[in-house]
Amino acid sequence: MQPFTYERPNSPEAAIAAFARQPGTRYIAGGTNLLDLMKLQLETPAHLVDISRLELGDIEPHEGGLRVGAMVPNTQLAADPAVRARYAVLAEAILAGASGQLRNKASTGGNLLQRTRCGYFYDTARPCNKREPGSGCGAIGGHARIHAILGASEHCIATYPGDMAVALQALDATVHVQGPNGPRTIAFDAFHRLPGDTPEADNTLEPGELITALALPAPPPGRMRYRKVRDRASYAFALVSVAAILHVEGGRVASVRIALGGVAHKPWRARTAEAALLGQPATQASFIAAADAELAPARGCGTNDFKIPLARRVIARTLSELAGDIA
Amino acid sequence: MTIATFIADNRGGHIGLSSPRADGPPKVHGQARYAAEYMLPGMLHGVPVQSHAASGRIVAIHADAARAMPGVVAVITHETAPEQEPFAESDDAMAKIMGAKPMLATDRILFHGHFVALVVADSYETARDAAFRVEVEIEGGHDALNFGADQAYAPAHVNGGYEADSDEGTFDAAFAAAPVKVDATYDTPYEHNAAMEPHAAVAEWQDGRLTIHDCNQGPSACAVAIANTFKLQPKDVRIVSRYVGGGFGSKYGIHPHNMLAAIGAKVTGRPVKVALSRQHTFNGHGHRSRTEQRVRLAAGQDGKLVALAHDNLLQTSTHDEFVEQSGILSRLMYEAPNRRTTHRVVRLNMPTPAWMRAPGEAPGSFALESAMDELAVALGMDPIALRLANEPPIDPETKLPWSTRSLRACLEQGAAKFGWSGRKAPGANRHGRTLVGMGVAAASYPVLGMPASAKLTLNPDGTALVQLAATDIGQGTYTVLRQIAAAALGIEEEAVTVEIGDSDLPMTSGSGGSFGLSSFGSALTGAAEAVRARVVERAREAGPLRGVNDDDLVFDAGRVQRRTDPDAGESLVALLGRGGAVVESYDYKPSDAKEHYSMHSFGAQFAEVGVDMDTGEVRIRRLLGAFGVGRVMNPRTATSQVLGGLTMGIGQALTEETVMDPRWGQWVNRDLGEYHVPVQADVPVIEALFVEEHDDKVNAMGTKGVGEIGIVGVAAAIANAVFNATGVRVRDLPITLDKVLPGLPIAD
Repeated sequence: MQPFTYERPNSPEAAIAAFARQPGTRYIAGGTNLLDLMKLQLETPAHLVDISRLELGDIEPHEGGLRVGAMVPNTQLAADPAVRARYAVLAEAILAGASGQLRNKASTGGNLLQRTRCGYFYDTARPCNKREPGSGCGAIGGHARIHAILGASEHCIATYPGDMAVALQALDATVHVQGPNGPRTIAFDAFHRLPGDTPEADNTLEPGELITALALPAPPPGRMRYRKVRDRASYAFALVSVAAILHVEGGRVASVRIALGGVAHKPWRARTAEAALLGQPATQASFIAAADAELAPARGCGTNDFKIPLARRVIARTLSELAGDIA
Repeated sequence: MTIATFIADNRGGHIGLSSPRADGPPKVHGQARYAAEYMLPGMLHGVPVQSHAASGRIVAIHADAARAMPGVVAVITHETAPEQEPFAESDDAMAKIMGAKPMLATDRILFHGHFVALVVADSYETARDAAFRVEVEIEGGHDALNFGADQAYAPAHVNGGYEADSDEGTFDAAFAAAPVKVDATYDTPYEHNAAMEPHAAVAEWQDGRLTIHDCNQGPSACAVAIANTFKLQPKDVRIVSRYVGGGFGSKYGIHPHNMLAAIGAKVTGRPVKVALSRQHTFNGHGHRSRTEQRVRLAAGQDGKLVALAHDNLLQTSTHDEFVEQSGILSRLMYEAPNRRTTHRVVRLNMPTPAWMRAPGEAPGSFALESAMDELAVALGMDPIALRLANEPPIDPETKLPWSTRSLRACLEQGAAKFGWSGRKAPGANRHGRTLVGMGVAAASYPVLGMPASAKLTLNPDGTALVQLAATDIGQGTYTVLRQIAAAALGIEEEAVTVEIGDSDLPMTSGSGGSFGLSSFGSALTGAAEAVRARVVERAREAGPLRGVNDDDLVFDAGRVQRRTDPDAGESLVALLGRGGAVVESYDYKPSDAKEHYSMHSFGAQFAEVGVDMDTGEVRIRRLLGAFGVGRVMNPRTATSQVLGGLTMGIGQALTEETVMDPRWGQWVNRDLGEYHVPVQADVPVIEALFVEEHDDKVNAMGTKGVGEIGIVGVAAAIANAVFNATGVRVRDLPITLDKVLPGLPIAD
């Protein structure tokens, strides 16, 4: 870890001003990812602006849905009665991630900014376009068991590792940010990005922009579920996860939302599958056909090929369970 | 060998009692000090610099930037390290442990992550920052990184000193002629011990004498090896290791971390701490070799084995030889008149493999016991019945009688307790979308005994002091040595102080190979018998017991009294008032019993797994291990030991794999986020039972050791359960979902 300076402003405005004052500044909230990255010198900020005590810790009703302050700890968000009652998929996703200790520290805003767990990103002796643009991709041709099958590029096959964001993607959340040029909102699907030829950018935040809140619209009708598939029962990142919300009327799909984790550089909204399902019988055959449509462009790179049939099965299983037609 | 009288008598009930852990209160109260917690005046911090190439030679180490940093005291390289005895590869088992292991001694790069420099600074943070700024310029070598049979050779011996090959009868002909056969190859991956406490040492030189506070399983051996490396007398090196946060083989003896601390302290003239990061530990102590094991079994329709072959391919480093003895289990588990085992090894630019809990047996049992399950399937026979049909009356390899062999009892009692009779046909037990299956595997581990010495003092106030260079790496050494002394002297356990973990104390071989208690406990038992004899002698000289026959005297409740008339006697305090403390030392040498008996622990592992039909995720539902390990000195600590082994077996079976990238030679997953040991949620109901077993051949306590048998066979039992659940046979550990998934039907 390299030496750094530190300050703790008392308002978002002061934090944004502090960020602008000094190059090499990073915001720090729970620090559950950033501190690890600093110890390994994958991140070497010269200055930390601590936003963890800003008054952004409320969960309140908002336009028929909820507004969640960026500093709400994961534990609190998952336990919130309104979240549990109306956004069960979000509570399930949060509780499927990390450990109790980490969830106590991790903030809602920071959770969105987790960096990939790619072993080559973590190894400063190896090429990584995300860590060091232009150096190449160590994962391509290497151990890429946890890597992307959708939306990857020749420059990067890393995955976004989180769980919470997958549920937020299905819930059509909005990210509220404040920055040097004032506040703006970002649709969740536009927040994280695909790697393309600039994998160093995980998301569309501008320099100095601070996440202040998430807005959850009223949940769509239907039943919802988060299913995470992983190598051990706890404290492991998703190989594939599915956040799904399904509403069936008269045996047919009236509305459906599907988001996938562990398969791409961002939480993957399965819009092709959603479109394929609308109006179709809520049957296993429909669900498999929809999964196949979504996964048609999926490509593995050897060690992660298994994710394609796995994703197909998990999509179908999760929807079947929500439809209630499977044991 | 006969069982010591006081152990057989067990008058105070200490032996076999689940005494609470003596190390529990100090650990809970934060008083148990681990190596990294020693803070010596003037102490500096050392952080190693690692090679980013797997081979080649160091052209230059550019350290000016690091040296210029405030707080950096030294950057030590092969050009500035103190003179050390050069490393000399040896096939001798003792030389491998006690021989010189210099660090920063050559410009040769041995493997990726090799420690090639040490930055010493006044804080850990500065040292770590500076270490990142050191650039190691390496002239490329030719990396040998591909694990394959083409470059393999036959070693003279394998770990443990066993012959590499064995051959009896005519395997090829017998195999060819047999009606029922299995011929399958099993793979196990590179693994790391992943002890909770990362390796750390604090070294200090005073007047030419080196003291290292270390986390060491074998301080006596470590002191000798470090003395040899620095060309010192063993008495000039002291290794202190009071508490060790787990080792599983990775903390036995000399290692880079303790050598680097000693070098740093030597160069700077100040105490130096080297506390490895978790990432460093992956190159700090060796690993379990990858294995490729071909097992061939042939049997008659009655299930009797007629031929058994077990051919092993292992990895070692380019500079030293360590050959995981994965085939030796097949030499003794089953009766088969035609048997062959081989070990071949390939030298790669990787760290030298080393001991990891049950080296040999842990991966070897996965292959052999999976193959036995496959044979049972081929025969249409219950796998327990198949094993019982092949029970050898004597050791099939050595032809020696067993000292005791309780595999039958383990299989039968374990099966009864586990509910084995409820096992269904493969794929036939479905609970919702979960397929449930049961599996079984047999286990064995040798009874090893090592020389050890102990000193026991019975103080005039009736308290006792036990002193020996044993270690407690979590297995309960403090607790059980206290029980032994209390039992011997007829005093309360609280009246016994146990002093261990210091190479200045009487020599023991420490903790490893499941030989700990059997060796150092035997030394203490010997010392205890000597103290008892002295006390009896004194009792018979004067006082109320004068002239009483010594076989009529017992030690009980702080007194020496007549067996036939307990009221006749005197307190130890009164007796010791005449002549003061009694101090005896004892040097234990294992008897020659192993020349007359084949001495092994045996066990049976039972697993019930649930496999998700849609994802292939395997989760353990229940595990039970039944073991014949001789006398169980403390059921609490012994059970804890084997449950730890079972838990580690879950990791071996389902999740643990260190991935080496053959393009560069680095370990890809070097932290506990991506090297997956089992977490609480992976470990449901696990149980252990010990079958009654009395073995008066192994040592004077009748103990066989419980450190490793717990892991042996677990992976096979789980793999066999996965087969029973799904019909999918996974021969390649760990059993991750991608290996199961292709065999599972998709719901329509």
